[in-house]
Amino acid sequence: MSYELTPLDRRILNVLQADFLISEQPYLAIAERLGIEESELLERIGIMQEAGIIRRIGAILESRAMGYYSTLCACRVEPERSDEVAAIINGQAGVTHNYLRDGEYNLWFTMTGESENKVQAIIAELEREIGMLILAMPADRVYKIRVALDMGENNAI
Amino acid sequence: MKIMPYDEKDRKLLKFMQGDIPLQSRPYQAIALELGWNESEVAARIRELKEQGVIRRVGAILRHQKAGFGVNAMTAWRVDTNQADTVGDILAGFERVSHCYLRQVPPEFAYNLFAMVHAHDEDELMRLIGEMANAAGIDDYSVFRSIKEYKKVSMEYF
Repeated sequence: MSYELTPLDRRILNVLQADFLISEQPYLAIAERLGIEESELLERIGIMQEAGIIRRIGAILESRAMGYYSTLCACRVEPERSDEVAAIINGQAGVTHNYLRDGEYNLWFTMTGESENKVQAIIAELEREIGMLILAMPADRVYKIRVALDMGENNAI
Repeated sequence: MKIMPYDEKDRKLLKFMQGDIPLQSRPYQAIALELGWNESEVAARIRELKEQGVIRRVGAILRHQKAGFGVNAMTAWRVDTNQADTVGDILAGFERVSHCYLRQVPPEFAYNLFAMVHAHDEDELMRLIGEMANAAGIDDYSVFRSIKEYKKVSMEYF
C-alpha cells in the first residue's frame, strides 16, 4: 500500500513527533500552530493512521527507568529456517523488534525483561528451542536515540 | 539510572500512555475520570514522569518504511573503547542515524559500536555509510541491511 504524503501531512508529522501532546486540548494547540482547523488536523491524522504511516500515538517509556533490562540479540540462521525460528523468538512477549538482515549474523532481535537474570533465562530457553547460539549484546553507552524523523517540507518545529 | 516507584495511579496512567492515546479533542478526558484527577493534573503528572525520565517521549511513532525511508541497515563498527565516545558522537551526529550505541559484545562478534541508518534507497544508503566511515576514520565495519521485518512493537510493561 502506498500513500502520498501531502506537504501539510509532513508538517503535521514533524510537530506530532515532538512533545506537543501533553496538555488538555493538545490537538487544538497543534492546529493553531499549523494554522489549520482542529477538525482538519484530526482528520489528517486519522488518515495517516489508517494508511499505517503512524504506527501509534502515545508514550515511549524508558525501559531502564522502569527498572527493566534490555539487550540486542543476534543469531545465525539458515535462510530456509528463518521464518520458523523468527516465529519461535516472536513468541516471547519481551521481543519488541525482530529483523532478518544480510550478513554473517542474520537474525537480529531485541529482548526486554524485568531483570538481567530473567532475560538471560529466556535467551537460554530460546537457544534450546531453536538449537543455535544467541549472542547477547547489551548497550554500554547510548550516543543517540532518535526522537523524531524529519519529514522535510517547511519543518515547523 | 534511578528506578522510580509507582503507585497504582501511575501504573494506570503509564498503561494508558503505552497504548494508543484516543484521537479526539480531549484525549485525556477518560483517563482523568478513571484516576479521579482533572485533565490538567493528568498532563502535569505526564510532564513529571517525562522529567524523571520514565517517559522518553510522547507523540506519534511512525513506520519508517511507509514514511518514505524504505531502506535501512544496522551498521556495526570496530572501535577501541577509549575511542568509542569520539566515534559514537560522530556517527550519532548524522541526521539519518536514528540509534547509536556502544555495546558489550562476545568474542565471536568483532564490532562493538552500532548505528542504525535510514535511507530512501540503496544508493543513498551506501553513500551515507561511506560518509560515516570517512567522518569516523574507520574502515573496519559491517553492514546488516534489513531484509524482512518479523516484529516491531512497543514494549508493554503493564
